[in-house]
Amino acid sequence: MAVITYREALRAAMREELQRDENVVVMGEEVAQFNGAYKVTEGLLKEFGPKRVVDTPISEAGFIGLGIGASMLGIRPVMELMFWSFSYVAFDQIVNNAGNIRYMSGGLINCPIVIRGPGNGGTNVGATHSHTPEAILASHPGIKVVCPATPYDAKGLMKAAIRDNDPVYVMENTILYNDKGEVPEGDYIVPLGVADVKRVGTDLTIVAHGRAVITSLKAAEILEKEHGVSVEVVDLRSIRPLDEETILASVRKTHRALLVEENKPFCGVDAQVAYIIQAKAFDDLDAPIGRVSSIDAPQIYCKRMEDEQLPHAARVVAAALKVLA
Amino acid sequence: MAKPAVLTHPESLKKPAGPSEFAKHPANTALSKAEKVALYTKMARIRHFEQRCIRTYQQGKIGGFLHLYVGQEAVVAGTVSLLGKHDHIITGYRDHGHGLMVGMSMNECMAELTGKVTGCSQGKGGSMHYFAPDKNYWGGHGIVGGQVPLGTGLAYAVKYKGLKGCCLAYMGDGAVNQGAVHEAYNLAALWDLPMIFVIENNGYSMGTSQERSTAHPGCLAKRAEGYGMAWDVINGHDVYEVRAKTDAAVKRAHEESKPTVLEIFTYRYFGHSMADPDKTYRDKEEIKGYRENKDPVLLFENELIAEGVLTPATRDAINEAAMAEADVAAVFAEESPDPTVADITKHIYWEEDNRGPNSTSRGTIIFE
Repeated sequence: MAVITYREALRAAMREELQRDENVVVMGEEVAQFNGAYKVTEGLLKEFGPKRVVDTPISEAGFIGLGIGASMLGIRPVMELMFWSFSYVAFDQIVNNAGNIRYMSGGLINCPIVIRGPGNGGTNVGATHSHTPEAILASHPGIKVVCPATPYDAKGLMKAAIRDNDPVYVMENTILYNDKGEVPEGDYIVPLGVADVKRVGTDLTIVAHGRAVITSLKAAEILEKEHGVSVEVVDLRSIRPLDEETILASVRKTHRALLVEENKPFCGVDAQVAYIIQAKAFDDLDAPIGRVSSIDAPQIYCKRMEDEQLPHAARVVAAALKVLA
Repeated sequence: MAKPAVLTHPESLKKPAGPSEFAKHPANTALSKAEKVALYTKMARIRHFEQRCIRTYQQGKIGGFLHLYVGQEAVVAGTVSLLGKHDHIITGYRDHGHGLMVGMSMNECMAELTGKVTGCSQGKGGSMHYFAPDKNYWGGHGIVGGQVPLGTGLAYAVKYKGLKGCCLAYMGDGAVNQGAVHEAYNLAALWDLPMIFVIENNGYSMGTSQERSTAHPGCLAKRAEGYGMAWDVINGHDVYEVRAKTDAAVKRAHEESKPTVLEIFTYRYFGHSMADPDKTYRDKEEIKGYRENKDPVLLFENELIAEGVLTPATRDAINEAAMAEADVAAVFAEESPDPTVADITKHIYWEEDNRGPNSTSRGTIIFE
C-alpha cells in the first residue's frame, strides 16, 4: 500500500471521482489556476480542464448557492471553502437551502453536494479563521458532517461523500494535511456513520474526532507507558450520521469514557455523545464521563496560548487520570 | 435598452389602460386563439385560487403565512408561457401563481396550504415552499433573495449539460438589496449563464416602500449595468408586453448564453401576507386605482374580447369553472388526511429513505 499524505489522499479521492462521474465538478476559490490555497486540488485543472475544475470569485453565498442549485439538477459539485470559517457568510445557503430542500419538497428534490475545506484551529491565525463548525452544522437534520483524521479515512470518506445523494460537509484540518499514512491506490469508500477503533484498550474509552484523535492517540501512549493504563481510542470519523454502536460497545467493555474534541465545550459534539452514553450505557459506567474541549474563548492568536487552548496530550492525560481515579 | 420608468404614476391610475402596444409583437401573434384563451384561463385560475385561499384562511384552515399573488398574474403568465423543455423557474415565497402556471393542480396546492399529506410537499413545505421539479419548478423559497443563487446554479447546470435552456429566478423588489442576489448577478455575468433575473416589482418590500428601502429607487433593473448585463423594464399589467420583452431575454439566454435582468412593474392587491392589516403604508385610493384601471386579468380580457378571441359568455364560463375548481380543491384539502407522526422523520435524507446494502451511509442519523 502506498504511503501518502492526508492532502494527497483527498486529492486522489477527488481525482478518481472526477474520472468516474462526468457530473462531478470541483469548484471554489483558488482551486484551479492557483492549485488550491492549501494545494489540495493541485494538478486537477491541468488534468481535467476548466469545465470540471472551476475557480470562483470570493463570493461564498453566491457560489455555494449556485452549487446547491446545480446539484438539484444532477451535477455533483465538490465545493471548496478555503476555511470552514467562511461558511458563515453562506450560512443561509448551507443550512436553509441545502439542508431543507429535500424535506420541504416532500422528497421530490435531492441535493448531492459536497462542501469541503479545513475547519480547525491551531494555525496561529486568530478567531475569524479558526472555527470548528461541525457541531453547529450537524445539529441541522438534512445535513451530514464528517471529520477525517487520517489519510486512509480522508480518501474513503471523501469518495463516499461525493457518491452520497445528500449534502455532506467534509471538515478537514490544515495541521493534518502533511500527515502520512497507508492508503490503497484503488477504489474504496469509508461509509458515513461508521466509527473506527484506532487503538484497542481495556481500561478507558476515549471518543474523539478529527485532529483530537491524533492527540488522543499520543495521550494513550503516555498513559500506557507512564501509568500502565490500557486506553481504547474510538475515532468517530462521521458526526452525522453517528456510529452509536461502536461508542457504546467500547464503553461497555472499558466502563469509563473520556470525550475529546477541538470544539468549544458548549453544545459541542461531545455533549451529544455524553448524552447517548449516559442514556444507553449508564449501568456500565464506573465513573462520570470526562471531557476535554478547547478552552472556552474565541480562538486566541498567540501561538503558545493557542496550543494551550486546544486539547493537547498532557491535558488529555490529566483528564483521563481523573476519570480513572 | 429601455429607459428607467416610474413605477407608480398617480395620473395613470385615474383612467383605464388602453389596448396593448405589444399585441402585434411576434411573440404574441405567434399565439393561436386557443393558446390565448388558455393563457387567459391560467390567469383567471390563479386569481380564483388565491381568492378561495382567503376564505380558507379566514376559516382557520390555513396556518402560518399566506402571501397572495392577486394583481400580479400577468407577470408569471407572460413569462412562463414562453418556456420550453429545458427552461426552469424558481421563486420566493409568493409562489402559488408560479405553481399553477407550470401546471400544478389546485388540489395539491390547496392541500399543501392546509398541511395535508396530499399536498405537493406532503404538508412539509406550506405556502412558501411549493415544488414541482417534474415541471421544472424548483420552489417556493422562504428567505428573501436566497433562491437567486440556486436559480443561477440551475442555469449553470443547463449550460454544463449542453442543453438549450435557461432559468428564470423571480424575486420581489425587496430582494434586490440582499447580498446573495448581487453575488448571483456577478456569477451569471462572469460565467455567461443562461439566466433571467425577474424582479417582480410590486412597490413594497413588505410594508416598506421602495423610496424607503432602496438607494436609487427609480430603476432596479439598471443595477444590471454594474455587472455588464442586459436589462429591461416591463409593464407587468400587460401580459402581451411581458411576453414580448421576456421573449428577447429568453432568446438571449438560449442563443447567446447571456443573462438578463427584467424588472416587471406589478401590484399586489392584498397585504404582504394575510397577517398584514395593510393600513399603514399605502392608501386605499392607490389600491382602487390599480384594481379598476390596471388589473392584468381584466386588461387581457378586454384585449381578447376586442380581438374577437373571447366572448363574454366564454369569459364567464372560464371564470365559473375556475371558481368551481378552487371550491373542489378546498373540499379536497379539507377531506385529505394529515401526515402522520412517522412522516415527520421521512424525506430528510435520500440515503435514509433509500437505505440498502450499497448505501454510503450507516449509523444513527435521526436522533432521539
